Amino acid sequence: MPLANFIPTADDYLRYLPEIILTVVGVVIMFLEAVGGERRKPALGWLAGAGLLAAIWGSVVALGVGGTGFQNMVIVDGFATFFRILVLVIGLLTIVSSTQYLDREKANAGEFHALLLFSIAGQCVMASANELIMVFIGLEISSIASYILAGYLRDDRRNNESALKYFLLGSFATAFLLYGVAWVYGLTGSTNLAEVRRVLMTPESAPNLVLMGTAAALMFVGFAFKVSAAPFQVWAPDVYQGAPAPVSAFMSTGPKAAAFAVFLRVFITAFGPIATRWEPFVWGSAIATMIVGNFAALTQTNIKRLLAYSSIAHAGYVLVAVTAHSEIGTAAAMFYLAAYAFMQIGAFAVVTWFSRQGEKFVNVDDLAGLGERQPMVAAMLTIFLLSLIGVPLTGGFFGKFYIFRAALDSNLVWLTVIGLLNSAVAAYYYLRLIVVMYMKEPGAATENIGPVSAGLRVAILGSALATLVLGIFPSLVLDFAGRSAALVK
Amino acid sequence: MLDAVFFYTFALMTLTGAVLTITRKSAVHSAIWLIVSLLGVAGLYLLQQAEFLFAVQIVLYIGGIMVLFLFVIMLVNLDEAAKQRQFNNQRWIALGCAVIVGAEILYVLAKGTASLSLPAPAAAPAAGGNTEQIAVSLFRDYLLPFEAASLLLLAAIVGSVIMAKRRA
Repeated sequence: MPLANFIPTADDYLRYLPEIILTVVGVVIMFLEAVGGERRKPALGWLAGAGLLAAIWGSVVALGVGGTGFQNMVIVDGFATFFRILVLVIGLLTIVSSTQYLDREKANAGEFHALLLFSIAGQCVMASANELIMVFIGLEISSIASYILAGYLRDDRRNNESALKYFLLGSFATAFLLYGVAWVYGLTGSTNLAEVRRVLMTPESAPNLVLMGTAAALMFVGFAFKVSAAPFQVWAPDVYQGAPAPVSAFMSTGPKAAAFAVFLRVFITAFGPIATRWEPFVWGSAIATMIVGNFAALTQTNIKRLLAYSSIAHAGYVLVAVTAHSEIGTAAAMFYLAAYAFMQIGAFAVVTWFSRQGEKFVNVDDLAGLGERQPMVAAMLTIFLLSLIGVPLTGGFFGKFYIFRAALDSNLVWLTVIGLLNSAVAAYYYLRLIVVMYMKEPGAATENIGPVSAGLRVAILGSALATLVLGIFPSLVLDFAGRSAALVK
Repeated sequence: MLDAVFFYTFALMTLTGAVLTITRKSAVHSAIWLIVSLLGVAGLYLLQQAEFLFAVQIVLYIGGIMVLFLFVIMLVNLDEAAKQRQFNNQRWIALGCAVIVGAEILYVLAKGTASLSLPAPAAAPAAGGNTEQIAVSLFRDYLLPFEAASLLLLAAIVGSVIMAKRRA
């Protein structure tokens, strides 16, 4: 075979541009950290941010080329580009909200930024994967980097607990996913998503449905773990509570959005022909996830743990959109994940600032009187919490609105009813935070609280702005989501 | 007939080795049982006439990676680890779950195997054996996953260095 057959085309490289940029910048950061000395440390954060901006540009360039690349390994469509840009923006917000945190906890900045970029590169791979092997490799890159980030402050016991639990349970769940991939390959003779779909659609070659259902179930376990869907959600509260606050913000948005991207792509493209088989299971999981998340959050006293349970509940709402498995369901899930990312990161950025060194102040009662002492930050946190409830004029409202509309369109009446009831329950624990902030007498925790650092200010204001823009002009994002929701089949 | 005998011998070797790898108390014993398991896999490759994979399995896994494993095991403080409790009280629940999942999978296999249509055996590889075919699938069809896996390894290496380096 001539050598030319082995050389990828220039277009192939362009389709993979964001991942290439992120990897190169990540490696350069590690190199500079080793040779740069103490003085240059702040520059690494800027470099990582510049890398992410370049990767956003790269995603747009990649979309200009479009199509499948590298022998059908990646597919660059609107859906992939949407999620690539989403995780890159999440990365930018994480970097601005972690610079001061790393200084405060005297942690090393170089490896943090490098690992963050690698994790995001893995999520970009997931978003554009057109092949189960790429799904697996992307998921593992993203996960392994996240395991380390969760335990980044090595001398902190809560960090250790968080990283160890995440690592052990995450590896266990990945094994299920991989076993499912092996079954799919054994049954259909391919790991390419479109090819798996074709085999399932052809009556003569379609494999036994019992076996195919088992393969889908095994893969569902893997994905459900990564998006913290019940009954595979038990790790999330411990991990998000123990990890550094900016990392919790990142883990509950970036990897989750990317995991939902592959979840949607695999189950709608590859397993689309057997949708009537998997729909009841996702339906049950969606209900269980919403109920477990919301009711457990009611009694939490730790803000990070409360946000972790709320993150589980929000995964449940997105699962409602997955259950709908329609184009508007996919668009609703995409919009929701974007809106959710901003409100969650914003809320965690406030927690990052408020908790102070060693994360001493993370109890709900510590917020008492924040509205009086720091009215601006309290107002921002109120915006995020109202958006998490789903109050009109915030991104959260339209997110829920589109999801429940998609569910009704697919005749999932009971799922919609239960989802709406859950949103009402959720209002209680978010409002409780607002009540503590504004109605309680200021306590010791809000005394002598310093101003918000520049980076965190950017993160908080940026997230608040995005939350409001999505709530007032949802069509900006929704139109693009709607256009790209038709997954290639 | 002879093929079947060899297949079951190697399969048994692989599974026994794997089970003993995770149940032995001493890490060195585990590593040695892992060698047995990997040898079984190598034998299965040979049965499929994948001579190149067979050689790579022996040279890389049993030769290179196992030696590294043993080095690492001997570097860390093993006596301390062996004294620790290896299982906690939840092992019976875990065992129950494992048995249930295993039974489920066996049941599904028993139900579905009858309708499993195995494709016709692949034609014997042309001159040059399947080594050339491996090159085509590894360096052309699966070039991107092959390269992306290096990023996975890089992230894992950086992570393990961060976790293992001396406390500041």
